[in-house]
Order: sequence, then structure tokens, then C-alpha cells
Amino acid sequence: MSSRDFWRATALSLVFLTVLLGVWHLATLPKQQASAANDEYAKLMGKDTKKTEGLPTPAQVGETAWKHLADPFYDRGSNDKGIGIQLAYSLARVGLGYVLAILFAVPLGFLIGMSPLMHRALDPFIQVLKPISPLAWMPLALYTIKDSSVSGVFVIFICSVWPMLINTAHGVASVRRDWLNVARTLEVKPVRKAFQVILPAAAPTILTGMRISMGIAWLVIVAAEMLVGGTGIGYFVWNEWNNLNLANVIFAILTIGVVGMALDLAIGRLQKLVTYVD
Amino acid sequence: MSAFNNPFSPDVRLGAACGCGKHRSRVEHDAEAATLRDEPAGNDTEMLNGRVIQSAVMRALFPRDETRRRFLAAVGSSGALAAVSSVVPFGALEAMAQDKGALEKKDLKIGFIPITCATPLIMADPLGFYRKQGLNVTLNKTAGWALIRDKMLNKEHDASHFLSPMPLAISLGLGSAAQAMNVATIQNINGQAITLHVKHKDKRDPKQWKGFKFAVPFDYSMHNFLLRYYVAEHGLDPDTDIQIRVTPPPEMVANLRAGNIDGFLGPDPFNQRAVYDEVGFIHILSKELWDGHPCCAFGVSDAFIKENPNTFAALYRAVLTSAAMAREARNRQLIAEVISPPNYLNQPVTVVEQVLTGKYADGLGNVKNVPDRADFDPFPWHSMAVWILTQMKRWGYIKGEVDYRQIAEKVFMVTDARKHMAELEMKAPARSYAKFKVMGKEFDPAKPDAYLASFAIRKAA
Repeated sequence: MSSRDFWRATALSLVFLTVLLGVWHLATLPKQQASAANDEYAKLMGKDTKKTEGLPTPAQVGETAWKHLADPFYDRGSNDKGIGIQLAYSLARVGLGYVLAILFAVPLGFLIGMSPLMHRALDPFIQVLKPISPLAWMPLALYTIKDSSVSGVFVIFICSVWPMLINTAHGVASVRRDWLNVARTLEVKPVRKAFQVILPAAAPTILTGMRISMGIAWLVIVAAEMLVGGTGIGYFVWNEWNNLNLANVIFAILTIGVVGMALDLAIGRLQKLVTYVD
Repeated sequence: MSAFNNPFSPDVRLGAACGCGKHRSRVEHDAEAATLRDEPAGNDTEMLNGRVIQSAVMRALFPRDETRRRFLAAVGSSGALAAVSSVVPFGALEAMAQDKGALEKKDLKIGFIPITCATPLIMADPLGFYRKQGLNVTLNKTAGWALIRDKMLNKEHDASHFLSPMPLAISLGLGSAAQAMNVATIQNINGQAITLHVKHKDKRDPKQWKGFKFAVPFDYSMHNFLLRYYVAEHGLDPDTDIQIRVTPPPEMVANLRAGNIDGFLGPDPFNQRAVYDEVGFIHILSKELWDGHPCCAFGVSDAFIKENPNTFAALYRAVLTSAAMAREARNRQLIAEVISPPNYLNQPVTVVEQVLTGKYADGLGNVKNVPDRADFDPFPWHSMAVWILTQMKRWGYIKGEVDYRQIAEKVFMVTDARKHMAELEMKAPARSYAKFKVMGKEFDPAKPDAYLASFAIRKAA
């Protein structure tokens, strides 16, 4: 992309953003309040204070965002923590479940990719387990694991395992025959073959699987935390939903989006490192 | 917070109104006074709790604030303390509030749902009643009743806010594996309501509710049983004529706004919140169905009590202290303020205040004044448990013969409640069974089967 194209795209993005904010602003302009006849009633209905009616305006969301970002690490008791702490909890859960999934899926993927027999034997299990919504595991996990926090990690594990497993198996199975034949001619030991021939060859496909998994894991953690509560960005959304505080909810949605994008970019970088040209 | 001011100072008023007349309420007055005095709020709980007891005694001795102030001005505050101490054993009262045996476990996790029903167990945290008993309690806000049950069953929580039918259901193994669970105290009585969507303003007669969708917090809840009772009394079969769905209380208002439900029989503050957000109106308070009905409970498992008897006793005292304070109408405003922040209910103070003080907007343009809209009588009547069991049987949750008394007496801990209430000089009734009326119809706990047989609408056995 030439630098001229870049600037044109950026300008267009800014135009879209302005239009979006403008429409949002106009749509949420506060309506003129009819003055209530009964003052006491109006007071009980919160008419005398600044009460948000319906969707908040962009300015209100901006104000809320500023308030959260100015003090992201406050801790006012077990159920009221800053956005930074909540994000840290979510990221820790995702990280843990995700690493466990890598440790499980990559070796198993190798096995399946290298052995057509195992591939056929395990395929029915994978096909049945893959489409299950990770949240459907939650009641079972809570009952067997007996710890809601670990159950959350388990749900992340179970949802990020399948794309990695399938991509690893696929990547390993489609390593070019020539390279394997060369390795065989040179009498390379199996372990060395796995690490020095197959792994580098399959790495781009494996990383693609990991990137998909990360996307799913980040989607699922929000839902899982809304379900189990306690801590995390999903709990934050749920807690503000209880209070019908949409400005906070919108701020949380934007935060989730930005963090998700950052995670995706990070794995995208990794992917570039291992990509090769034939 | 006048409860924490020195009651031996003639400058302090113990009444409800603002002393200087410059503030709208006493709370505001005290807040400003506290900042002027530069008092650190609430860090010395020992002293604060001593003050609470002293204030209570002084109020009892001098019901008229004027008299107390004149007395203090005459003899001086230290003289007054000495004089009053000679008749009232402050030390003993304070020691009574402290633990007798060594605590087996000090760090406790207690689950709660963010509703005003849990007021006593929530306020005990910001007001320091747990710390006073030597307990380090973490209150865990929980997303729904099923999770409350699961977290108690798997021992993530040491004690919990429950719906009062839940320990009965769990002990019987209904809807979960059976585990012996107990109701140590009732958390609150009354305090619920049927809220309808504003579009149903002209459908005040339940006979017009055919096909309505209602939300209740849980299958094993007073809300479910009261809603079923109410519509059945008006000739509707709750299983076929209306739809009842389980929705966590915090999600009820959002669902009402979205039109997913036509109304709910739910806990406050969500009835009031629906009014505040102009999506619903309060059709009827649960108090008008059964005045004094139990709602939520404070529960612990059998195993916890056996392993931690002293901790359990300390916890019991903390929650009862809260209940005693919450019963007093003059404390309600202060309580609304301490339980509304994001760490607890996460609601506007005015909404919680309307629930607790009983002066509220009904969503139809009227201001109502019902001081006992919500109350916090902790005594776990066995007759309440028997009524709950009759309704569980009526709607098919329990099948077969039920030994009402045996189950009620096992789960509802009347003896313990009486003992700990006596320690705190709270009045506990001598009986544990009493007749009461639900929608004008008398319930006799001695004849549960006859009561059950008297209903025309019920699930066929």
C-alpha cells in the first residue's frame, strides 16, 4: 500500500467515525422533560437529579471512560474493582486456559497428523465435541470441578482446544512428502524429524489455529464471567447491567474490543515470524 | 452517622431530624459535622461499636433527647458516663457482643444476591459487625440462585444468603444432590412485590392475565409460591394459564423493558427500579398477600456448623446485630446509604431508600407510604417452613408423604436463634408455630394436609 493510499484510508476511517458519533449524538439527545405536577413524586422518580434516560450520549460515555481510565486499579472491596484489575483477571483466566490448551492440543495434533490410524479413530470424538458451545459445559464443570474460577479456566481450555487441534493435525499431515523423504534418506531420528522438519513446516498452520482459538477464547471469557460472576471484565458488564448503567456497559464493550484486537495483533506478529516462502 | 457519635456529648442529638436545621436530613448534617471534626470515618470499629451500644442505652434511658441533653449539660459527659455505667454494665454488653470460644475459622466467604432482602448480612460488612466478632468476611456477589446453591454445595462459600425454601429443597435433595442445609435466621420479611409492565396499567384484575409471562427468581422461592398462590386465588392455574420463568433478579428489569416478560414477582430493589426507570408499576406488595411472610434466609450447612461451632456462633451474632439495627425505622436511611454502592447493591440510593423507608412512588403517579413494606424479623418460625412445604407439595415439587414437622424442625434452627437472640437481648417468641393468614385464608400449621386439600387449583398428585 502506497503512503497516499494509507492517508486516504485513514481519512475515510475518520469520516466514518465522525458520522457514527454524530448520528449517535443526535439519536440520544435528551428530550425535554415535561415538568411534573407532583413534586414529591418527581423527586422519588429521580427527576431532580441527573438521571440517564435511555441510551447515553457519546459525551457521557467519554466521561465514563475517562473516569475509569483515570483510576484503573482501585479496589473498593471484593465486588468493586477498577477496570484494570478486572481485565487482569480475565486475561489471567484466558492465558491459563489457553496455555493448557496448547500443551494438550499441539502434541495430540502431531499424533493425529502423523498417524492416519489415530486420525480415523479420534475423528468421531472431535467431530462431536467440537460444535458444543463451551458454555454448555459450565454446569457440568461446576459440579465436577467444584470451583467456579477453575471452571472458567476449563471453559476457556475446552473452547480453544479444537481449532488448535484440527489445524495442528492438518498442518502436520500436509507437510510436503519431499521433505519427509529427504529426512528419511538422511536417517533423521523421529524426535529430530518432529522438531526440525515437521514443526517448522507446520508452524504457520498451527499459528493460524492458535489465532482462531484466541479469538474464540476472548469471546467466551466474557460470557463465562457473566455467568459465574465474581471478577473479570464479564462480571463488570453483568454488574453494570444490573444497575442498567449503559454508559459503563458501552465503555466495557469498547474495552473488550480493543483488548481483543491487541491479542489478535500479538499472535499475528508471531505468525509472521514463522511464515516461510516455499 | 449519629449512631457513632458520642452519646455523652450534649451537642449531639440522637433524634431523627437535623440538629442545626441547615440540612435536609440528619445524615447530611452528620456528614458535614464529621468532616468539620475531621474524624476518620469508620476505622476504629471497636470504638464505634462501643458507641452503638452506648447510644442505644442512652436512648433507652432518655427517650426524650431534650432531657438527655439537659442531664449531660448539668453533670458533664464524663460524670454522666460514670453515673450511667454504675447502673448499666457497658463492659458486659460489649463483651456479650464478643466471642466466647476461640474461632475455628476467621476468613469466611459469604455469597449474596444484590437485593435488599440481604440487607442484614450486607450491612454487617460496611458497619463492621463481622469484624467486631473477629471475623474477616468476604462478601461475594453471585450471579443467580442456582450458582448460590452450587457454591454452597461445593463449599466455595462458608455461609450464604438463601431464598428461605432453598435449604428445605437442598436438604430434601430437590433439584440437587441432598446435603443437610440450615436456615439460621430469616433475613427479611415482606419486601417483595408484583411489578407489571406499564403497558398493562389497565389490567389490574388478575383474571385478565391469561397468557402473561412472569419472572420469578427461582423455582424454590417464596416468589414462585406467592405468585402461584395469588393467581390461583383469582382462578388461574399457574401451570397452564400463565407462564412462569426463572430469571435472576438483577436481570428482571432489563427483561421487562425488552418486553420478554409482562411482569414479575421479584425482590426489591428491582420492583422500585422498574418504577424508577419508568418501565413498570407496582401492582401489589407481597405484604398485602401475607403480612410478615419470610423471604430470604441466612443459611449454613450442617457440616460447617459441626466443624466451626464458635465461628458459626460469632457469625450468628453479627447477623442478628444487623437485623436488630435494620428493624429500627430510624436507621433505614443510613442503611440505604451504606448498602447502595457498587460493591454491594450497585443501585441509586434513592431507589433503595424508597424500598427501606416505605415511602415510594408506585409508578402510577402516586406516592405511597407503607413503613413496613420491608422488615427484617430474623426469627425462623417452623410454621413458615411448614407452609412452604405445603406449597411445594401443592405444585408437585415434592411427591408422596411429607413429614412436615420433622423437616421444618431440622432445617429451621429455632433453638439456636432463640439462644443467640437472648444473648443480644432481642425478643424471641416462645412458640415456634403460629397460625397466620395468607390472602385472608387461615393457615393452621397443625393441619397441613387439610390445608392442602382445601385448594381447588393444584397440580394433580
